[in-house]
Amino acid sequence: MSQALLHVSGVTKRFGGFTALNDVSLQLAPGERLGLIGPNGSGKSTLVNCLSGTLVNDAGSVEFDGHKLDGLPPHKRAYLGLARSFQLPRPFGSMSVRDNMRIPLMYTAAVRAGHQRSEKEIRERTDELLRMVSLSDKADARPVDLTQVDMRKLELARAMAAEPKLLIADEAMAGLSNAEVDDILKLLMTLNSKGISIIMIEHIMKAVMAFSQRLVVLVSGTKIADGVPAEVIRNDDVVRAYLGQ
Amino acid sequence: MTSVAKASIEPRAKGDPVGNGVFAALTLAVAVLFYAVIAVIGSEYLYFAGYVVLQFVVLATAWNILGGYCGYVNFGSAAFFAMGAYTTICITTIASEYAKSAVGAAIGAVPPGVLVVLMVVLAGIISGLVGLGMGYLTLRLRGVFFSIATLALSVVLQTLVVNWDFVGGSRGAYVIRPNEFPLLPGGFIAYLFVLMLLLVVVALCVSRGIERSRLGFGFAAIRDDEMAAEAAGVPTLRLKLIATTISGALMGMAGAPFPYYIGYLQPQSAFGLEYAVNAIAMPMVGGTQSWIGPLVGAVLLGSFQQWATVTISSVLNLLIVGLLLIFFVIVAPNGITGFFRDLIYRRRRSGGGSGS
Repeated sequence: MSQALLHVSGVTKRFGGFTALNDVSLQLAPGERLGLIGPNGSGKSTLVNCLSGTLVNDAGSVEFDGHKLDGLPPHKRAYLGLARSFQLPRPFGSMSVRDNMRIPLMYTAAVRAGHQRSEKEIRERTDELLRMVSLSDKADARPVDLTQVDMRKLELARAMAAEPKLLIADEAMAGLSNAEVDDILKLLMTLNSKGISIIMIEHIMKAVMAFSQRLVVLVSGTKIADGVPAEVIRNDDVVRAYLGQ
Repeated sequence: MTSVAKASIEPRAKGDPVGNGVFAALTLAVAVLFYAVIAVIGSEYLYFAGYVVLQFVVLATAWNILGGYCGYVNFGSAAFFAMGAYTTICITTIASEYAKSAVGAAIGAVPPGVLVVLMVVLAGIISGLVGLGMGYLTLRLRGVFFSIATLALSVVLQTLVVNWDFVGGSRGAYVIRPNEFPLLPGGFIAYLFVLMLLLVVVALCVSRGIERSRLGFGFAAIRDDEMAAEAAGVPTLRLKLIATTISGALMGMAGAPFPYYIGYLQPQSAFGLEYAVNAIAMPMVGGTQSWIGPLVGAVLLGSFQQWATVTISSVLNLLIVGLLLIFFVIVAPNGITGFFRDLIYRRRRSGGGSGS
């Protein structure tokens, strides 16, 4: 599958004697929406960290957009077009919402475009991104004054500022109300409609089912299912993993 | 990727009517004015006291580039300062020990006024390189582990110097400070004062230039959240190495004229606790997130220490610094400038004037 955007083959990650990921392989087509589910501790976030370069996998390899990612630090992976949001929002606390956007704009986006934006262009792009996540009226606020849902939006907007090809949204909806979940879901669909592939890691099944074109299930670090969502959730192994025998 | 690096020091437009060139000119003008006032008063004591305060402004500003902007607390400032001082000792010793050789004679022939400037440049290069090396060895450590490593570096360097007979070992070494200086009325001490004043201008321009540049935003991102910075594309290791290099170089430059000032340099005074403590305390008290904080902190604490030294006790002044540091950590953890910035931010938000 040379046309795949992301090609994960045989990724294994151990922490001491504990195998967090065991020979996980998966592929993602350009523009695809993939849901990644699994019980707590099944290795979802470990996989995200191996993809984004925060952790180094012990075996296997990751190929993204024709580039081997193995051994690259996170910022170099970002330069190739791989963006992530964090499970717990990690805003730059001393900066305003507006200046938070500046970091990916001045670094990843600039490297990807091959030139720095002018101050005016940075301002315009920031306004555009904040409008997209409806944070325009909070542009000058500090992250500490944001609500939980706004913090998630900032996290997504910051990931989007890097102009990625693939966005990995690690539990972008955890702890949000129903209406807020719909908000974020709509936002992710909008991003996808612009051609960005998205991997959504989520516990909220309603959102995952509405979002995903394909569903991958991890249990204890092993991939047990991969396919059309409606079929995957009827899969015996998956039901057993979630509900027990 | 290289084209981006070139644009590193591009001034920030938002709320920044003063460009880097204008700022340099303004700072220089203030420095000239400051010198003029001291020169008119004409007291030799003011040159001696002023020199120490200015030296702390450079040290605090240098510390802040790594400690304040990047959030990496360096306990080893004294080592970099001492490295600058011992660069001078090393070169002047070569001149006196090997006066008959070509190198020694050449150094001896350079007038002291010029030699000090050369020492400042050389010390900057050496300390910058050591900063780079230290960064490379220690910057994979985070938080308190990095700080401990810098402290260890300081101890290692002091041990080396104490056991290095050529630069005087534990006995120390003399540098003869000429009394006169042809161009300035106050003599050589006035010249050292002016030199340190110029270093302050350089340090402030560098510090402010960084703060408002792409580099400065990268530093701030590292300080706030290194993992998120990396994910946003900030090459964190490279930026931290740049910070340790610049910070180390400026500290070394501040130390280079010190042997001329003190006349007799011992390891205990060059590696003195007061440099490590003040370099941290002054930015903390003034505020660590902008160039102006270390300046405010160093001028306040530095002047206060000079005053306390002559009026109360020369031993007591570090105690006072310690108490003030505790006070600020509790009452205004973001320092004086941070306190006012937070106040303005809160006012603006609760005022709700900006359409929120």
